[in-house]
Amino acid sequence: MNGIHDMGGMHGFGPVEREMNEPVFHAAWEARLFAIRHAMGAWGKWNIDGSRYSREIIPPAEYLRMSYYERWFAGLITQLIDASLVTSAEIEAGRASPGAPKATPPLSPGEVMKVLARSPSLRDVPVKAGFANGDRVCTRNMNPVGHTRLPRYARGKIGTICRDHGVHVFPDTSAHGLGEQPQHLYSVRFEARELWGAPAGKHEAVHLDLWESYLEHA
Amino acid sequence: MTEGKPHVHEHAAGHSDVPSDLTLRVKALESLLVEKGLVDPAALDAIIDAYESKIGPRNGAKIVARAWIDPAFKQRLLNDATAAIAEMGYAGRQGEHMVAVENTSKVHNMVVCTLCSCYPWPVLGLPPVWYKSAPYRSRAVIDPRGVLREFGLELAPEVEVRVWDSTSEVRYLVLPERPAGTEGMGVEELVDLVTRDSMIGAEKLRAHVRGATP
Repeated sequence: MNGIHDMGGMHGFGPVEREMNEPVFHAAWEARLFAIRHAMGAWGKWNIDGSRYSREIIPPAEYLRMSYYERWFAGLITQLIDASLVTSAEIEAGRASPGAPKATPPLSPGEVMKVLARSPSLRDVPVKAGFANGDRVCTRNMNPVGHTRLPRYARGKIGTICRDHGVHVFPDTSAHGLGEQPQHLYSVRFEARELWGAPAGKHEAVHLDLWESYLEHA
Repeated sequence: MTEGKPHVHEHAAGHSDVPSDLTLRVKALESLLVEKGLVDPAALDAIIDAYESKIGPRNGAKIVARAWIDPAFKQRLLNDATAAIAEMGYAGRQGEHMVAVENTSKVHNMVVCTLCSCYPWPVLGLPPVWYKSAPYRSRAVIDPRGVLREFGLELAPEVEVRVWDSTSEVRYLVLPERPAGTEGMGVEELVDLVTRDSMIGAEKLRAHVRGATP
């Protein structure tokens, strides 16, 4: 979707401010929320693409007002309700509805490395690669209302394939329960002048990882 | 954009009630989930402990220092970073598919995620606020030299800047240039020299920057 999360190339956000000796979490609630989100992942009710989408649908003005973990909170609430793990009435009340069943947590303290372990997007399925290293490609001019990982700034642009990462889950369908549709994922190099016009530096390039479905031969 | 910093300059007043509000809301959510038997609070403690004390940029620094002193490892790292990093014992969520990119006197690599905040957790830990902020996400791809200048790094015009926008589950680790004057150093000393930001490509290492940034 053409959301506010797709920030590449926007102006007006000001300088990048670094914080010295930054803690891992700035408040206890951030740490609890981070952990809740991962522990709830053990229910297997959602995938990473759907999780990203749950934050992308936050209305733009809200998105900008919120901190990173506030967005996580908003996205998690959406997913918990969508997955029927909790109801909005329970969120409102802060307690379980009368008669709600009591589950057994799927994740015990001794097993947390299970949810922190690898969860690869690479799939071992035979899919033909439509492009090879060195091929010139043009990205599709597409504006899907759902989840996509082709940023606006790189649509309808010409680049060069420089690496084939193999066959990976396709986020645009995976986010919406439409299957993994595994396909080749490529590192595509775009010269800065192709993306931003002549004033951009001659010795600058941006590499994006793009799925087969985003690309056409140039 | 405040991006979670409780003490940032802009909008500070408008945010003064936010932290306590979220403290309450997250606490309420946790007790609801515990009451329903959906999470075990002790598992939450264990997850927090892993990211606060085990998974951080020290892991990446060990990889970089080894690559500097062990040419065969460096080659393996550049050919198949996922395998080379696993060899050092690091793997896990947000580091499933790793690629290492080498900074040289001719090429400077830097990493961003314009769409969210993808970052190689197993080797660098959780990302700093600036990496997740709108200024960095918006500007790294259109004005990388300007961003680097703000970070105190002025690159010569002939140095090629390569920005890696993390749009997939592939995660990028920058292998910074080994600074001059470190030839006699042992591996432990080299590990201490490698900063988090140098492995994002946001700074260049000098022998005396030790401890300058996290």
